[in-house]
Amino acid sequence: MNMINLKIDGTPISVPAGTTVLEAARQLNIDIPTLCYLKDINAIGACRICVVENRVNGVGRLVASCVFPVAEGMEIYTHSPMVLKSRRQTLELILSNHDKRCLSCVRSGDCELQRLCNEYKVEKENAYEGEQSAYVLDDSAVHMTRDNNKCILCRRCVAVCDKWQGVSVIGANERGFATHIGSAFDDGLGLTSCVSCGQCIVACPTGALAERDDTDKIWDAIADPTKHVVVQVAPSIRVTLGEAFDMPIGTNVEGKMVTALKRLGFDRVFDTDLSADLTIMEEANELIDRVTNGGTLPMITSCSPGWIKFCEHNFPDLLPHLSSCKSPQQMFGALVKTYYAEKNNIDPKDIVSVSVMPCTAKKFEAGRDDQSAAGVPDVDIAITTRELARMIKRAGLVFDKLEDSQFDSPLGIGSGAGLIFGATGGVMEAALRTAVEKLTGEELGKLEFHDVRGTAGIKEAAYKVGDLEVKVAVCSGLANAKELLKKIRAGEADYTFIEIMACPGGCVNGGGQPLQPASVRNFEDLRALRAKALYDTDAEMTLRKSHENPMIKELYDEYLEKPGSHKAHKLLHTTYVARNRFGDQ
Amino acid sequence: MSNKNPVPFKGTKEQEQKLLEVIAKHKDQDGPLMPVLQEAQEIYGYLPIEVQKIVSEGLDIPLEHIYGVVTFYAQFSLAPKGEYKIGVCLGTACYVKGSGDILNKIKEIIGIDVGECTPDGKFSLEATRCIGACGLAPVFTVNEDVYGRLVVGDVADILKKYMD
Repeated sequence: MNMINLKIDGTPISVPAGTTVLEAARQLNIDIPTLCYLKDINAIGACRICVVENRVNGVGRLVASCVFPVAEGMEIYTHSPMVLKSRRQTLELILSNHDKRCLSCVRSGDCELQRLCNEYKVEKENAYEGEQSAYVLDDSAVHMTRDNNKCILCRRCVAVCDKWQGVSVIGANERGFATHIGSAFDDGLGLTSCVSCGQCIVACPTGALAERDDTDKIWDAIADPTKHVVVQVAPSIRVTLGEAFDMPIGTNVEGKMVTALKRLGFDRVFDTDLSADLTIMEEANELIDRVTNGGTLPMITSCSPGWIKFCEHNFPDLLPHLSSCKSPQQMFGALVKTYYAEKNNIDPKDIVSVSVMPCTAKKFEAGRDDQSAAGVPDVDIAITTRELARMIKRAGLVFDKLEDSQFDSPLGIGSGAGLIFGATGGVMEAALRTAVEKLTGEELGKLEFHDVRGTAGIKEAAYKVGDLEVKVAVCSGLANAKELLKKIRAGEADYTFIEIMACPGGCVNGGGQPLQPASVRNFEDLRALRAKALYDTDAEMTLRKSHENPMIKELYDEYLEKPGSHKAHKLLHTTYVARNRFGDQ
Repeated sequence: MSNKNPVPFKGTKEQEQKLLEVIAKHKDQDGPLMPVLQEAQEIYGYLPIEVQKIVSEGLDIPLEHIYGVVTFYAQFSLAPKGEYKIGVCLGTACYVKGSGDILNKIKEIIGIDVGECTPDGKFSLEATRCIGACGLAPVFTVNEDVYGRLVVGDVADILKKYMD
């Protein structure tokens, strides 16, 4: 490898050719600030915050370190007076057209712009006075809002929407001072074919993008004595919630999380892992039925509502490939309002069914048609990990000091298979654990299916299951899904079963997860660190297969009869709609 | 705020056929979007959402990318040209002689902004650079007619001539 020698702030370092100055500095534990740069997808050198001094023959020149490659003998200074002055001036210029009402901003405290203004001692908020943009808040989408008065035009949201998700419904419109991020014809996001994944929100450095906050509805429900408020928590929340309380990425806080939910006042705290197990039972049954009776193959998973909406808009001809199973969130909601309500003699209308999800698309999914098993919505309020963290903080709970407690019965038992639903490949692995044992009648020696693990965008594997050759694919990130679907459409893919999750890396990296600044996102793999916590927990569990979950057995014995029964179909399955590629535009 | 034009789209099958041919001609070359948009504007006179959707499907380029390009370049128009095209000169001489006020008065009377067309298709409004009639400043034009040495009070009477 061709190595390049340079000095950064006087310290010699040797790095491979092609390395940027930003990356080289990081190796010396220097965190150069960035606002627009996102590794691999948004290296545009636009915001000028990452400038460093490149000194040649004693004469310094400012370069954007995020896109400037190292060169032999280079002398770089990352915090010289020239650099500090420039960065402060850039911040002052950004503030000259920025809504500076920080106190009421959702990102106050974890805004990347606010943090830099503090670090660089920007004292004059109005150093450059002049015309101010005045944009109307876009609240047309059910899952999020856009406030362009807080946008700094870094284009991180545009990059993730386009390059990771292949959705491409936002971009820069107009030019010069009028430049703003928006959708075609400046229609509200709710009119477009946005899939609600929320990846733009976690990419945003400021308060321009935010999930729609539904926490007030929950406080009201909890305070209402006539309501029975039940909450379910998705698999991945327990390995990400800790980040909102400054714990290391990949800390499993299940016990504290359950305690916090009980202290917040929920009447019952249940585990979505259970309905993930139920999904496996129904989906495995559906797959076997399709294989034996000549149904549409490959069958594709339907747990990820962002993926479902993407398919409906862009590949409506492939909808028959989708499993008819509701997602775990919706299956759980359906059980709460039928089985649980009947068993406890509660009118489903008096139950408020809340879910805590890693995902903003779950807010959209909860409002879909054909998701009301008891004639009332299966899920009433879906909140994200971030909203739960906000509730815990508002209630004054000292999260890291809370004791551990366990989910309530009867809907609080989940297997390791249900738990790993939170990572890309997890649904596939859970399905394989059950399908192999069901079809062969033999117990699996080794439960790990390593081929379908990991953060690669598209993974493939082939397994011999009894007499059956099963070819599977696992895909995360919708731009990857688009490639895979084009192959299916062209008849070039001979898979039996495909798992697709909208967000790169799966739910652990969902659009509702705790925010991490670019300084972390660019140098740590959130997807892998969070997924590892799920797999490590699964490895330590004794209950690791969905079909061995005692509560699943009880549910079928007492209520659902058997997978794919008439009753199971009525409660746990759903339908999809073909949508226009331009949404309602 | 949606930026869709209130003027109903009156594109014909022949225009669409022509546009599809243009798309087919440029589809496989590098950077097909600019030439296709330029020729599309020649065909339709402007680039409303109906036209941009055809381009989006034909070139497999997201609608927002296309809209971003259309709103970036001054050469592209989202609104059709009216039966009477009003151009208000905002060149230096006209501007210092008060053409900004003239422009505001016109906007007020016909109820549209620069770059737009009235819903009945009668008037469209442009702010132009110097048209070379500085001696007559401030100046505005309606199609080929030039009106100069104006005061704000003249505007209503002039526009009235084109109103029936």
